Amino acid sequence: MSSDREKIFSAIRAALDPLPERTAKPDWDPSLVICNPSGEFDSLTAQFADKLTFASSRFFDQVDALIAFLVKEGSTYGYCDPALAALFEGSEAIAFDTEFDHAKINDYAFGITKGSAGIAESGTIMLKDTQTSARLGALAPWIHIAVLKEADIVPNIPAAIERFGDDPSIIFATGPSKTADVEGILIEGVHGPGIQIALVLP
Amino acid sequence: MKTQQQIDRTARDLDSEVHDSNFMGAKLKSERRYATLQRDYDDPDKLRETAGLVKQHTLEHLDTYLEQAEASFKRNGAQVHFAVDDDAVNAKVLSIMNEAGAHSMVKSKSMLTEETHMLKFLEKNGKEVIETDLGEFILQIDDDHPSHIVTPIVHKNRRGIAKSFEREGLGDYNDDPETITRRARKHLRQKYIDADVGLTGGNFVSAESGRIVLVTNEGNARFCMAANKIHIAVIGIEKLVPTDRDLGLFLNLIGRSGTGQQLTVYNQFIKGPKHPGQPHGPEQMHVIFVDNRRTEVLASDCREILRCIRCGACLNVCPIYRQSGGHAYRSVYPGPVGAVLSPLLAGNRFPELADLPKASSLCGACNEVCPVNIPIPDLLLRLRDKAKREGAKEAMKGTPSLVMWATLCSQPTMWKTALSMGHTMNYIPTELVPHPSAKSWQGARKLPKFQGGEFRKWFKNRK
Repeated sequence: MSSDREKIFSAIRAALDPLPERTAKPDWDPSLVICNPSGEFDSLTAQFADKLTFASSRFFDQVDALIAFLVKEGSTYGYCDPALAALFEGSEAIAFDTEFDHAKINDYAFGITKGSAGIAESGTIMLKDTQTSARLGALAPWIHIAVLKEADIVPNIPAAIERFGDDPSIIFATGPSKTADVEGILIEGVHGPGIQIALVLP
Repeated sequence: MKTQQQIDRTARDLDSEVHDSNFMGAKLKSERRYATLQRDYDDPDKLRETAGLVKQHTLEHLDTYLEQAEASFKRNGAQVHFAVDDDAVNAKVLSIMNEAGAHSMVKSKSMLTEETHMLKFLEKNGKEVIETDLGEFILQIDDDHPSHIVTPIVHKNRRGIAKSFEREGLGDYNDDPETITRRARKHLRQKYIDADVGLTGGNFVSAESGRIVLVTNEGNARFCMAANKIHIAVIGIEKLVPTDRDLGLFLNLIGRSGTGQQLTVYNQFIKGPKHPGQPHGPEQMHVIFVDNRRTEVLASDCREILRCIRCGACLNVCPIYRQSGGHAYRSVYPGPVGAVLSPLLAGNRFPELADLPKASSLCGACNEVCPVNIPIPDLLLRLRDKAKREGAKEAMKGTPSLVMWATLCSQPTMWKTALSMGHTMNYIPTELVPHPSAKSWQGARKLPKFQGGEFRKWFKNRK
């Protein structure tokens, strides 16, 4: 195609041709990267909840408790995926849009979207583009709530990678957005959510 | 002192506050790294060694994997470009912007764009470019450059940053780190919404699936792919790994090695334009694979350095970096990795940076912490040898001549005679020897009494 392409490929081949032998690909087993358990847990969900908290995210398994938390935070207006609206419509304590309005980007205090999986070993929430109703809804508000099914909690990273499928954009979120750029002091909520929540339902 | 090279002088003259900030930041990250890896794995070395082999294998089959990656991205609906050097990358990005009628860009952290001075280039061509990583944003408004691969403003303190924010009209003087962060959040949010193009690097690329992996803590790379319609990823050809499955190894190593986090907050896996049903995100994705002398490194006997995943662990553990800071390396990549990579990427300017490989005590800590097990001390020695063979003046400057020592060591008879006369050393006032390195060495130590010279006699007479 372009001459740059040809130049790069021929330079690579010229560099590699003189090698007497080439390193073979190591055959490694996924168990290599599975880390030591941080405790004893009855279920993957219990492990997920523990690691989620360790990573400074928050765990909820009751809608009412989550709404009470939002009210306590003074975060009563936000965005919600239309497919999840039924879960919250009974509440008069919070209000939300089901279509993300750019003009209100700084007014939305929370965003509720679907999570595609949870990783128990690291307390990670996996978001897939095909299952996220609005990228900005999961990113711009101070509080992001990922709604997960208990059956979607997988034990570790290799298991989560197996679920990638054909999705164009997948995100692992482990904790709130953070920085330690200024004097190494940890500050949560830089560009993305300052509070990351997983709501795990049966 | 005469024995000091450039890096020694920089370390000596470093502001003590900057020194302490560099030192403490590096030490803390090293300790966290060690704690996390030891907690989570019985044998973390096995991960490092395997990851090193995967990268070495990929590099030694780079033509195959690069071709595969190109095909994968095209299949995913992305446009693939190639750029041989800095000028070619900058020109490519500009032409993509011009063709799309794009004026403004938000970008996330990329060391490669530091290599090519892309920001200055695009600004000169009338584009608005905003760095969105908090550290890089501060560097941009200060017209400064990063001193660390992962924590770019480790050399700055909150008071300086507060002054810069005040100067830029981001609010009255306030040096509270939380306030600084909130102000940046507010300021940059509008930039994300208004921008036409988002530019990112890529930490890894899976050749099999055509997935770019981006590793960030702040979430700025997510925002660079939310409101804008074009995504450009600028990626060095050495970033490839064979499969998605292999990513499991690297994701478990990069966060732990760099900052001691089990996982970095955001790991993004991008394989093409947004999903059609998704209201937000780029409709166009451009991947630019960049050489910029990487194929020269691949052809050299230091090709192992291309395994580097830019975690910064070797900087944090290095006794030289901890004293000198990153700017002392006078190039984009500081620390032990930089001492190898920077002179190699300099091309015919190699002699100017040929002193960097000497900025090491060869203690080997950089190799021990490296998540891809790069034998950095060996590579430093190969580059010292190259500098010597090519007669690079910068490498020789301010260092004592070792000609006498070399002659002695290469002549067995002379060596034998010298040893048998070793005892005379005990009667010579060695502190008066007019050799700069001997003088400087003895400035802080006392030469112990010579007690050797008996081995050959003993060996000959033993029964």
